[in-house]
Amino acid sequence: MKRRLVPIAALLAAALTSPAALAQKKYDPGASDTEIKIGNTNPYSGPASAYGTIGKTIAAYFKMVNDHGGIKGRKINFISYDDGYSPPKTVEMARKLVEQDQVLFLFQPLGTPSNSAIHKYMNAKKVPQLFVATGASKWNDPKHFPWTMGWQPNYHTEGEIYAHDILQTKPNAKIGVLYQNDDFGKDLLQGLKDGLGAKAKTMIVKEVSYEVTDPTVDSQIVQLQASGADVFVDITTPKAAAQAIRKVYDIGWKPVHYLNNVGASIGSVLKPAGFDKSVGVITTQYYKDYSDKQWANDPAMKKFEEFMKQYYPEGNLADGSNMYGYSVARTLEVVLRQAGDNLTRANIMKQAASLKNVTIDTLLPGIRINTSATDFAPIESVQLSRFNGQQYELFGKVIGK
Amino acid sequence: MSEAIVHQVFAGLATGGIYASLALALVMIYQATHLVNFAQGEMAMFCTYIGWSLLQTGLGYWPAFLLTVAVGFVLGVLIERIVIRPIERTSVLSVVVVFIGLLAILNSVAGWIFTYTIKPFPSPFPESLANPLMSPHELGSILVTLVMLALLYLFFRFTPLGLAMRAAAQNPESSRLVGIRVGWMLALGWGLASAIGAVAGMMVAPVVYLDPNMMGGILLYAFAAALLGGIDNPLGAVLGGFIMGVLENLLGAFVIGNDLKLAVALVLIVGVLLVRPSGLFGTVHVSRV
Amino acid sequence: MTPRALVGVVVLLAAAALLPFALSDYRVFQLTLVLVYATALLGLNMLTGYNGQISLGHGAFYAIGAYCAAILMDKWGVPYWATLPVAGAVCLLAGFLFGLPALRLEGLYLALATFALGISLPQLLKYHLIESWTGGVQGITILKPDPPALLTDAGLPLNPDRWLYFFTLAVTIVMFALARNLLRGRIGRAMVAIRDNPVAAQAMGVNNALYKSLTFGVSAMYTGVAGALGAIAVQFVAPDSFGIFLSLAFLIGIVVGGLASISGALYGALFIQFVPNVADSVSKAAPWAIFGILIIAFVYLMPAGVAGVVRLARARIMREESQSETGGAKQPGTPKEVVQ
Repeated sequence: MKRRLVPIAALLAAALTSPAALAQKKYDPGASDTEIKIGNTNPYSGPASAYGTIGKTIAAYFKMVNDHGGIKGRKINFISYDDGYSPPKTVEMARKLVEQDQVLFLFQPLGTPSNSAIHKYMNAKKVPQLFVATGASKWNDPKHFPWTMGWQPNYHTEGEIYAHDILQTKPNAKIGVLYQNDDFGKDLLQGLKDGLGAKAKTMIVKEVSYEVTDPTVDSQIVQLQASGADVFVDITTPKAAAQAIRKVYDIGWKPVHYLNNVGASIGSVLKPAGFDKSVGVITTQYYKDYSDKQWANDPAMKKFEEFMKQYYPEGNLADGSNMYGYSVARTLEVVLRQAGDNLTRANIMKQAASLKNVTIDTLLPGIRINTSATDFAPIESVQLSRFNGQQYELFGKVIGK
Repeated sequence: MSEAIVHQVFAGLATGGIYASLALALVMIYQATHLVNFAQGEMAMFCTYIGWSLLQTGLGYWPAFLLTVAVGFVLGVLIERIVIRPIERTSVLSVVVVFIGLLAILNSVAGWIFTYTIKPFPSPFPESLANPLMSPHELGSILVTLVMLALLYLFFRFTPLGLAMRAAAQNPESSRLVGIRVGWMLALGWGLASAIGAVAGMMVAPVVYLDPNMMGGILLYAFAAALLGGIDNPLGAVLGGFIMGVLENLLGAFVIGNDLKLAVALVLIVGVLLVRPSGLFGTVHVSRV
Repeated sequence: MTPRALVGVVVLLAAAALLPFALSDYRVFQLTLVLVYATALLGLNMLTGYNGQISLGHGAFYAIGAYCAAILMDKWGVPYWATLPVAGAVCLLAGFLFGLPALRLEGLYLALATFALGISLPQLLKYHLIESWTGGVQGITILKPDPPALLTDAGLPLNPDRWLYFFTLAVTIVMFALARNLLRGRIGRAMVAIRDNPVAAQAMGVNNALYKSLTFGVSAMYTGVAGALGAIAVQFVAPDSFGIFLSLAFLIGIVVGGLASISGALYGALFIQFVPNVADSVSKAAPWAIFGILIIAFVYLMPAGVAGVVRLARARIMREESQSETGGAKQPGTPKEVVQ
């Protein structure tokens, strides 16, 4: 009898592991033969509504994907709710998406406090909180929060990079820092301090904060000049960044000006501030700036332009947030296509954690997306660049993994 | 050290000028209606966007400026007639809530039409006067605010129309009895306040850059400044604005750090109000029992 | 209370008790928030509606209550139910202390002082010197309480969301009952008298200063307890949760719900909880515009708030009934109490 069973067992084993069986479709709530439901929260109202354009760009991108046949025939149903940048509202909307709308996963919820508020919930419910729209360093913790993953290079690392550059080029610098008084500003400042290490206390001669609601940062710039600093680390969002650049120029202060990535867009910051006043500004970049002339004939840029004109014409091409949204949406597309017919939440996370040297054509050449079971930080590389009055000149090597 | 103080004082006068110009609009609306219009900032911002759009069509600065002020005036009158008139008779709180609603609408619509990317706004004052203490525009806009103040003073004090407006706000019943068209006085008041707001917006935008949330923080300071100076005294409001600007800067730079300067500034103002409940220069109301 | 009204309240309570078993957990969560806001609005209404003192900064007391609860639960492991009395006591004191100097300020100036409070509190919460307590900009996360083992062992279908709903419901009922007794009695009449004619009230022997400060304190206490409940429901506190728009939303809530009305607090809570979601579903491009339009529409159509409309409707029904009872002869309507 035993001799008969073995061949039958072997046949069964072969049948079960054959490609036909493996290609069986597996769905979790939100996925089906015809659609993939993706949830999102964004601030479409309230003081942070400037970032709401990211949600709109992503929605437009998925519409384009759907028009071209969707993902293996499945249409993306992108459900985005307004949370007004208020954490209680984010909790409510996330619960609605997960419990009522039954989405497959949450993609790019925006804001550090918003994501902090739903962090435990998403992991308890085992629903992916994927490619969150914040650069805080805490999203790269697969051991404790296996369902949460960031996307952009984190602020802390950015601060460290500026620190290293200062140590290399101007080791006796006197550093003055302007930072936004919230998680973003404090995270970057901490990165700067950690990067300077023991020398932080002696090198940083003045740190001043500002609130997003402050009308101008002129007083802060005057304070920094008065401190005698000759290096200025500028951790601001676009409006304050433009004001800072202009005031620095107007009062005749000429420090080495490091400007953080969020506030370094040519179209939304340097142009209003004045190109002549922005010469010499140093920043780190990971995606291509639309207003940067060096990419004018880049095929990737042309595709972006066509996409915006057709699917999001009221969006501002020069707004870096739109390029950001476009790039992250394309990253998700890679993950979805990789997942194939296995659209379970676990597999989505698995695919997101298995990105190997993925390139997106709107990221800088040399930037690769890499993730693994222990590395939940997709983009960890950036490049320093300096504004020459017309465009950003990349210098040095690509930093990071 | 003293140079730093001087620098901060001048920077404070510059921002104070910004607060003063919007405070003037708030006082204007208060004098006409005895209400504080929370949507004043957003109305000013919206008018500034209209001005920006006119400039984009190629119109020169001064024609666009004057046209924007005119549009601002009309906008104010329209809002009074259409939005405020129906609920004037209900409680003060209902009107305040309507103002908040108006604020939300204007902010959201501006963001929708013009996007949130900041836009530079030109300044009519020549760059040749540039100096490290205060930009030519900041100097010029302080001048403009003072000119507006003077014009308002002359208007209320010496013209029959100004007198009629003051009467209508203070005692509508008696004013009607002497033949003043109270309804139109209110509309006129709103129109003037909105026009002042438009000027304020166009003076402010070159400094802070034009975006839908431009006036949010400024409104708060302007409100505090107007009350500090006395809500029924235009000169008081302007002075209050300058005091606020300088106070805030000095606190932030030398006393408490930027983290808490807003809180401390407001506490100080409330402290002043406790001592002088009608503001520094406001008229003290004594009611006989 | 009239027998009819009593029946109405009983029916309402029964519905409230049975709802969580018929709705999804997400809806139960939303209803819990409605109850939380109702208590907060009741607090504000006491101060502004009944006593005439405008507060544009009640969000600050909500925040203080929320942080009390969060810090107690996170740092010292205090059980959630024990945080409520502490939050209430802290806010009672804070409100009273704020109300004392505020006695000197009238109308607009009081509005500014409270506005200042509402604006400064988030800044204070972020201040680095107290960061180790408040969690700074990152905030504090707390765990949702589980239903007591006693009840789940007895076989009741309770999960954390439902349990929290019932807990909040119980607290809300107690708070509303207390408020009703307060507002309908001597103290309530004194408060309204101070609002309508402070000079006459003082002349009649009402101690204006004492009552006004106490009202501030009690009003802050209500909003503070609501804040604590809210923190437990949302399981997270951060300075960004308590900006000035929260205070403005509370003001909108009491005006739309109905000033000087207890039931108005509930209507207002329903408004501020659900209408922003409605606005969002109507327009992604400009959701605030829709919200603003709805606010203005509500104030136009119902100048006395939803409670005012309900009152009128009930009066009309009563009048029609009494007319039909007396065979069509016109009877003057029974005067309704000013204080509801």
